Amino acid sequence: MLLNQFLLLAAILFSIGVYGVIVRRNGVLVLMSIELILNAVNINLVAFGANSGIAGQVFALFVIAVAAAEVGVGLAIVLLIYRNRRSVDIDQLDELKG
Amino acid sequence: MSSASDFLREYLTVLILGGVGAALVGLLLGASHLLRPARRQPGKSLTYESGVDPVGTGWTQSQIRYYVFALLFVMFDVEAVFIFPWATRLEAYGGFGLVEMGIFVFILLLGLVYAWRKGVLKWV
Amino acid sequence: MIASLFAAQACAPSECFAVPANIAFGICALLMIGAAIKVVTETNIVHAALYLVVVLAGVGVNYLILQAEFLAVTQFLVYIGAIIVLFLFGIMLTRAPMGRSDDLDNAKLRPAGIGAAVMLLVVLGGALLSSFGETHLVFSTANSTTALSDAVFNQYLIPFEVVSVMLLAALIGAIVLARRD
Repeated sequence: MLLNQFLLLAAILFSIGVYGVIVRRNGVLVLMSIELILNAVNINLVAFGANSGIAGQVFALFVIAVAAAEVGVGLAIVLLIYRNRRSVDIDQLDELKG
Repeated sequence: MSSASDFLREYLTVLILGGVGAALVGLLLGASHLLRPARRQPGKSLTYESGVDPVGTGWTQSQIRYYVFALLFVMFDVEAVFIFPWATRLEAYGGFGLVEMGIFVFILLLGLVYAWRKGVLKWV
Repeated sequence: MIASLFAAQACAPSECFAVPANIAFGICALLMIGAAIKVVTETNIVHAALYLVVVLAGVGVNYLILQAEFLAVTQFLVYIGAIIVLFLFGIMLTRAPMGRSDDLDNAKLRPAGIGAAVMLLVVLGGALLSSFGETHLVFSTANSTTALSDAVFNQYLIPFEVVSVMLLAALIGAIVLARRD
């Protein structure tokens, strides 16, 4: 097997995730697109690690732990936005725009 | 390359078992679909709710209280993931490994204590 | 895009598919790409979450093909078992429109999104093809779970303990945010 087949699959998933982050308006769906990006990075880490020892898998394990924490806090923020504004449309959150 | 195929050959058993399971479910459901009489009535497709007529739709907003429980589940799921590899090498690490894992579990238990003290675990 | 995956293998089709792992990878990759596109285009938000399950399971199968057994189990346990549950709770708590709804996408940004994604893919794909065009995978580790454990509990001990502090911070932060005062 070639290293590149995994790396290209990860690149495609990453690009699809970037498209989702840009286009989606619902906060929960944006978080799902971020999960796509994180998984693409994890495939990269494990594929690179297959040649050079265990470090890639350790990093992927830590990324999974960080992803769990990120989703927990991210969804709590989305819930707070919903409670305050009765909507999770993140395109309306533009108060910081000068 | 040969080691890769050997490794995956072990997982061929899992694949075959999954295929057999899916085939069995499909076979049994298909057989019952062919054998049973089919007389459709609107009352039959209602959601079963302890014999009472269901109220509202299946999609309602759940209470925010459940989110904290799901969150606690995720956190301790991640904790368990780190405990499993540690358990495979427990004897090799000895006392030092025990201390390492003890600190890890203790810090996460602080989160459970926090949730407890804040009263979010109480079922109202 | 998909064609480039197979073109990248740089071998005759008969040789490519001689290895069962490559067939498994090909099926899995097609399913994952299709499901990932559905995740970002689906108009029913619950269906998007369920398509995300397909992508995550495909990533788990990829870990198996890469001989990262423990990570594959972790993927199923944490991502599919826990994080998807959290997502479904998030959908139900924000009272998302359960049927189809057309306001999930910002149509004005769609050309920009497609442009950014395609440009990123071209740059990444070109860089990968020119850098790792002929690199083959050589699997080294014999028992990856014990090796992983040894690495986590010796070399990466400090990050491991920091992970517990991070999880604690995330837990407290999320409780503070989500609690109804």
